[in-house]
Amino acid sequence: MSMPTYLGMPPFPDAAREAVADTRLRRNLARATGTIRERRAAAVAELADWDELRECAKQIKDHTLGHLGHYLRMLEERVTAAGGVVHWARDAAEANAIVTRLVRETGETEVVKVKSMATQEIGLNEALAEAGIAAVETDLAELIVQLGDDRPSHLLVPAIHRNRAEIREIFRRAMPSAPADLTDDPAALAEAARRHLRARFLAARVAVSGANFAVAETGTVLVVESEGNGRMCLTLPETLITVMGIEKVLPTARDLEVFLQVLPRSSTAERMNPYTSAWTGVTPGDGPRAFHLVLLDNGRTATLADAVGRQALRCIRCSACLNVCPVYARAGGHAYGSPYPGPIGAILSPQLRGLGSDVDASLPFASSLCGACYEVCPVAIDIPEVLVHLRGKAPKKPSERLAMGLAGAALASPRRLAAAQFAAGRSRRAVRRLRAPRAWTDTRDVPVPPAQSFRAWWKANRDRT
Amino acid sequence: MKIALFVTCVNDTLFPETGRAVVTVLERLGHEVVFPAGQTCCGQMHLNSGYPERALAMVSAFTGVFEPYDVIVAPSGSCAATVREWHARLAARAGRDDLAARAAELAPRVHELSELLVDVLGVTDVGAAFPHRVAYHPTCHSLRTLRLGDRPLRLLREVRGLDLADLPDASECCGFGGTFALKNGDVSAAMCADKVAAVKSTGAEVLCAADNSCLMHVGGALARQRAGVRVAHLAEILAGTGEGSPA
Repeated sequence: MSMPTYLGMPPFPDAAREAVADTRLRRNLARATGTIRERRAAAVAELADWDELRECAKQIKDHTLGHLGHYLRMLEERVTAAGGVVHWARDAAEANAIVTRLVRETGETEVVKVKSMATQEIGLNEALAEAGIAAVETDLAELIVQLGDDRPSHLLVPAIHRNRAEIREIFRRAMPSAPADLTDDPAALAEAARRHLRARFLAARVAVSGANFAVAETGTVLVVESEGNGRMCLTLPETLITVMGIEKVLPTARDLEVFLQVLPRSSTAERMNPYTSAWTGVTPGDGPRAFHLVLLDNGRTATLADAVGRQALRCIRCSACLNVCPVYARAGGHAYGSPYPGPIGAILSPQLRGLGSDVDASLPFASSLCGACYEVCPVAIDIPEVLVHLRGKAPKKPSERLAMGLAGAALASPRRLAAAQFAAGRSRRAVRRLRAPRAWTDTRDVPVPPAQSFRAWWKANRDRT
Repeated sequence: MKIALFVTCVNDTLFPETGRAVVTVLERLGHEVVFPAGQTCCGQMHLNSGYPERALAMVSAFTGVFEPYDVIVAPSGSCAATVREWHARLAARAGRDDLAARAAELAPRVHELSELLVDVLGVTDVGAAFPHRVAYHPTCHSLRTLRLGDRPLRLLREVRGLDLADLPDASECCGFGGTFALKNGDVSAAMCADKVAAVKSTGAEVLCAADNSCLMHVGGALARQRAGVRVAHLAEILAGTGEGSPA
């Protein structure tokens, strides 16, 4: 999977070190995640059958992933029958080439975009720009990120790292239509964005979107959103191009009953999201006249082949795991070096992209394994389990291998462990100075090894054998 | 009742007073404690650091050592969780079906201390006295993997003289996470700073938990700051008699 904007990212601990020291970022994140965390908990607590819904969501996804080829072929057949055109993309380069060609065929040089993780993943905006096509993000937070020449740091709230004052500065700098006396009042900021975007919607003839779900039995594609800007893109232009990860397919329309409940409650803490747009191919006289669906693999088939790791493909991008993650709240989204930040990003990016780069090799370790993410995940992805699994595959430094090998050898035998304990007890203070790495001692005192281990005490005092 | 103690390698090596406290509490309640000498480690550190093959050797050793016992206690939520949630899974993934079956059979007999006391022995008043203000931190694996719920709090509420403080944001991780504290020292320290602030806000004299590894982390920061708060494992408070230092 290629991801142009994320090439050469530093390993997680290095990027996190800077973020931890950024006081404004820490404050913005703590406030935003703290608020949405409480609201999600309340929205979920309203449903007596939440656990059953979660189990259903998990099982529907697992069933679909187990028969993915079947449902994707069915989806292709139904979309085609309804007047849409289906394209298959093995990787980011293929997907970008398909979308670029489709836009060129319309003769347009500007497209409006619905907020989409899949197009972030493949770096579509950058690919289109290289072809002389401007992609305009229309989701408010995504627009803030784009105008700020920035990267998103949250799945659902891409500009979560920005506060109102920063947004006002970005608008005044990069939005020509913004009034000179723009304040940081949320209503004033939204009004400025509305005026800016309205002109784009009315002029646009091509839209690019992602998809939250696609129903195989009917060929229907769905986008859920809060602002209504997505619906503008999905209905006004003549041509609609949707880029969708292959794991987004669902077998039947009935399955939506489960997902349209768990998604909004988990992501925005709403009972129902304000806008749910669903379309099946093209409808003469209503909406786009041409519809293209680009089915994106980009590492998903490889992920599916891993019996433990494949559960990451259940993800519906709700971001509940980000909002409860104590690591995300302090390191921020950019440290994850991918459009997929937080706990889900830590298991998704190294699987989709492989463990080859510095940042991807560091991501499985970017967690204290506290398990808060698994607890809130609406499709029950055992994120700690996948993290531990990926740690086993991740490359390790020779010095670490040696240390873990020595520890393993000591712990493999009670006699060797007792000998190590005896030695530590005899050289207590020296051991304390010697063995403690700075990463620990910078902020924490180290316990002094006791003169007598428990097993030595037991042998001396209780052993009756 | 005859109870086998899995003291855990961390307690054995660094915090033997916790093991002695478990012995004190259980013997006070009239039970026989045995310490199988062949024990070492549950394998958690190697498992969580990405060395599953080394962890598997410890699964095999643990199973052999503790299989003969009906009731096993571990004074550590995360070690008990590793045995219960991971041992059989690790063995099965390595194709060791026989070991997986034995580990699965053994798992339900391994109890964290508060589970043993409340669920198996049916006691909440263990006859302890500890006249101090105490805050309880529910460590992540105790809370979310073992789901200890309020068992430790029910035990603490029965301790004479103990003034139990409410810890704000108690369920949030302290930032230890084993090698996470070293590999991601900055984020870990940031998490710990917030936990320390929460602890200090309670006015507690003692921070209590069911895991010494987490206490080593938070306690190390409290000590560094000369915060005037010490840490004590749940077992040590339950062993307290109110006279001098417990255990």
